[in-house]
Amino acid sequence: MAGHTQNLSKDELWGGNASPFGATYGKMMMWYFLVSDALTFGGLLTAYGVIRHSSSEPWPVGEQVFEALPGLHGSYPLMYVALMTFILIISSVTMVLAVEAGHRRDKKSVVKWLGYTIIGGFFFLASQAWEWSHFIHGSGGGFQINKSMTIIGELENGEKIQMSVNAGTWVNMTSEFGHEYEHAMEGGHEAAPAEEHGHGGHGAHAEEHAAPAHVDVNSLKPTELILNKYVLEHKDGKDIRKVKVTGEDCQKLWDAKGDGTMAFGANMHKNEYAIQQQYANFFFFVTGFHGFHVFSGVVINIIVWFMALGGEFERRGHYETIEKIGLYWHFVDLVWVFVFTFFYLI
Amino acid sequence: MERDDLIVNDSYAINASHSEEAGKAIRKKLYLVTLLLTAITVVEVFMGVAFKRNGTFAWETIKLGFLVLTLVKAAYIVLVFMHLGDERKNLKYVILLPYALFIMYLIFIGLYEGTAIQSAVSTWK
Repeated sequence: MAGHTQNLSKDELWGGNASPFGATYGKMMMWYFLVSDALTFGGLLTAYGVIRHSSSEPWPVGEQVFEALPGLHGSYPLMYVALMTFILIISSVTMVLAVEAGHRRDKKSVVKWLGYTIIGGFFFLASQAWEWSHFIHGSGGGFQINKSMTIIGELENGEKIQMSVNAGTWVNMTSEFGHEYEHAMEGGHEAAPAEEHGHGGHGAHAEEHAAPAHVDVNSLKPTELILNKYVLEHKDGKDIRKVKVTGEDCQKLWDAKGDGTMAFGANMHKNEYAIQQQYANFFFFVTGFHGFHVFSGVVINIIVWFMALGGEFERRGHYETIEKIGLYWHFVDLVWVFVFTFFYLI
Repeated sequence: MERDDLIVNDSYAINASHSEEAGKAIRKKLYLVTLLLTAITVVEVFMGVAFKRNGTFAWETIKLGFLVLTLVKAAYIVLVFMHLGDERKNLKYVILLPYALFIMYLIFIGLYEGTAIQSAVSTWK
């Protein structure tokens, strides 16, 4: 789009008869708004960094927390969020194509590309709803142990490892056992269909939920527990993550479970992913605030789509409104690029 | 009083609409940038899954790599998609410089404070 701006001499530019910025009032103000909004997100992400940097407990690792795909069983680390990122980038591209069509005063193309942008926005919002739902429901839950002990666990490659675990260490249950236990804890409810609990990716466990009601919580015992399910520690240059503990040691860990430390999924007070509650709270706040921006963006896009369809911009003689809402939409994509890096990659 | 929000001369970008041929060139550029952004995202996800986080020098480098790739993506979005790169220099720097200044200060003070909090907490323990 080079060549849109003219080369004016300094005297002309700052002489008072031309805009030194070469932008209309509305576009200028949209940019100022975006700068202030970027400072808000910059502040939130920096706050996240400070909390994470000052935390002495290990922090959850993105590829261990986010590894589910809807309707599938198994481990697909970061695949879902990569898809979300891709959807947002593509909807950003369709938006910039709408802006370009606007510069050609091509109403049909503007309506088409803006329409695709709106669809992309809806896809992203739906994906985020699933992501939240999965995060809130969790995959099995966990608890803190109330005394220190030494146990033998098994690494992912089958290697046995001896670990001394301290009181306060976080222990996770398998999704099968955790869900069964959660149901029993809720106590005496009807056998509920799996869909009602919406933990996508675990649909294969429908049969567990069909277990008879009124299961005594105390009669349930796990056969397998997991240490470092979501976090990662290093010992002697080795990755210590997802350590399976079975048999007698599993029983020892289970007997040491601390009162009131049990957590399933995540909410504003408890979470199964980390000892630090700030992890879940930052996830909810930052991705939620971003999701709210996407939602407002979709609403604004829909309004402008109807304006374009009704020929409003033909009457005005220009499609600058598309450019302004385009700026906002790209900004939403821009923020996601950073959220993606700080919450999922690093 | 004269209104200052009206389009009064050709110095405004919106008045200078472009032709069909110019549009073709612009679209080609946009598709190339799309390809680039997608490729970077794929590389990032691959790096996130493939590389082990064992606190060694290599992982520190990879973390730095994530930051660089993220900034490259951000630069393309801002300069091409938001076409700030094509705006007049005055506008470009009025947007970019104050933000860069504030955010660099914020990150510096954040890391500094974070380190102080961590050392204070581990001293009390």
